[in-house]
Amino acid sequence: MQNPQMPPMLQLRDVTTGYGSHVVARHLTATLPSGQLVSILGPNGVGKSTLLRTLAALQPPLAGQIHLGQTPLHSLSSQALSRHLSIVLTQPSAPPHTTVAALVAFGRSPYTNFWGHLTPQDRDIVRQAMQQTGIQTLAQRTVDTLSDGERQKAMIAKAVAQQTPLILLDEPTAYLDFPSKVETMRMLRQLAHQQHKAILLTTHDIQMALQLSDHIWLVSPDGIVSGTPLQLAADGTLTRFLDHEGVTFSPDDLTLHIRP
Amino acid sequence: MRFARLFVFLQLEMRQRGTIILLVTATLLLAVANILWGSLRIPTESVVRILLRDGEAANPAWHYIVWESRIPQMVTALLCGAALSVCGLMLQTLFRNPLAGPSILGIDAGANLGVALVMLSIGTSLSVGNLSVGGSVLVVAAAMVGALAILLLLLMLSHTLQSPTMLLITGVIISYVTGSVISLLNYSATEEGVHNYIIWGMGNFGSVSLSRLPLYSALIVVGLAVATMLIKPLNALLLGEYYAENLGVNVRRTRTVLLLATGLLTATTTAFCGPISFLGLAVPHIARMALRTSDHRILMPGTMLAGAALTLACNLLCTQLRPGSVLPINVVTPLIGAPVILYVILRQDKRSF
Repeated sequence: MQNPQMPPMLQLRDVTTGYGSHVVARHLTATLPSGQLVSILGPNGVGKSTLLRTLAALQPPLAGQIHLGQTPLHSLSSQALSRHLSIVLTQPSAPPHTTVAALVAFGRSPYTNFWGHLTPQDRDIVRQAMQQTGIQTLAQRTVDTLSDGERQKAMIAKAVAQQTPLILLDEPTAYLDFPSKVETMRMLRQLAHQQHKAILLTTHDIQMALQLSDHIWLVSPDGIVSGTPLQLAADGTLTRFLDHEGVTFSPDDLTLHIRP
Repeated sequence: MRFARLFVFLQLEMRQRGTIILLVTATLLLAVANILWGSLRIPTESVVRILLRDGEAANPAWHYIVWESRIPQMVTALLCGAALSVCGLMLQTLFRNPLAGPSILGIDAGANLGVALVMLSIGTSLSVGNLSVGGSVLVVAAAMVGALAILLLLLMLSHTLQSPTMLLITGVIISYVTGSVISLLNYSATEEGVHNYIIWGMGNFGSVSLSRLPLYSALIVVGLAVATMLIKPLNALLLGEYYAENLGVNVRRTRTVLLLATGLLTATTTAFCGPISFLGLAVPHIARMALRTSDHRILMPGTMLAGAALTLACNLLCTQLRPGSVLPINVVTPLIGAPVILYVILRQDKRSF
């Protein structure tokens, strides 16, 4: 499935995440290819968000190497990083009186001049980003009037407008109602495939992640097990990972069954 | 038209253009009003003659009042209003808290403490009013040290300060502590020092004389210029520090520069005019409501103008409310500030900042 000519977008070698002397997870090794949607799964507290923040260079790894393309991630300046990776976080962030178009335009910030002046070209890119995420009709609405799903799409449009080959999203489907969850995940999958972006997200919507992701990273405190959903289902990893009292995983159709 | 091109550059909406023009007009009119009407009644015609340096008509006392008192006082009030309001705006964005402001966070209490240390311990016959330029530099420096000390403390607490309640409590505690230190200083100071300190503490735009106006103005203009340089990073910070960092902003550096500018502006205004409450907190909200934007490219000039206009209006009120005497500025500012705070608190649940 992986194109051998394409170098991996992101590569982790024996990474330890944590804060100061507090280790959250260690021995994290994985690769993220371009053009794929990859979901990070794992129970609460295992360090999914910490891993994502480390990969976004918002906090340093305690040990190990992270490479963005060929370059060590933490050697890049914040200027360079802003053109290589964009983030979408869990907390809803919306300054008052901000329209959707203005929110999406934040994504142009790394490219604009000292005062943040938008050129006609920047405006075109913002318009395209809104089209690709299906929110062009919301352009003039203020962000505080949006539903959770619409706001999440606007933040994703911001990331698209930032034109980075890598997008990291922390639980983009949390707080959303079911149709919005599906819509958001399908949109991310399309973005990854059609625009050849590497998209990495954390989620608790396991079944949807298994059905829509190209790869899965199963995170535990001492490592990542990665593979396509079908691979992980076939070798029994997912069954070991997901089977709990009252829940059985059926590897044939990648679904979870809940016993009453 | 160059003016029109500026508007296009700023990508202003029609309504925002109207508001900005209104603010500019209001500031100019109020500045003129502050020269025409003071605590002493001088006929308008005479004031105009004095301004035009029409020597024959000038009563020397009036001439002195217009040039040595009203004009410096007008410039002082205008710059002070712009300075404190911009501080409030920057602190609200930095702490992502609509209730942040230099006086409510205790930053001017820190400056106050610095001034008290100088005035009460060194000052036998010193007052800011008759200090030499060197002496006022000392007072400003002390105020700056005090303000920066509080700012550093706030920075260490910045995560707690995102909650409006915690911010208010922290500010109150800082004010209590500095207040008690100042009381202690009062006990060991001379009567004259205490008197001067109390007069200073009531807040007064009249204490910057024409000879010290250049120093005061220069310090404020530098602070305002630095604030203007921060417009783009401030916009990115509206989304929070993580997003700002991801948009290529050096958050650490921005925070340092922002706090230095806030320290300079708060310390300068506090040292020269006394601690002035509520303006810094209230004006950014008034500007935000009037311009309906969070974009600092529009909001920052708007806040400066609104702050200048409002402070000029307050100063005018202080001289006009009781003919023949001047009220301390802090008598008027809470009347404007308190309703804004209440409005912001009551609206809290509806809209996050």
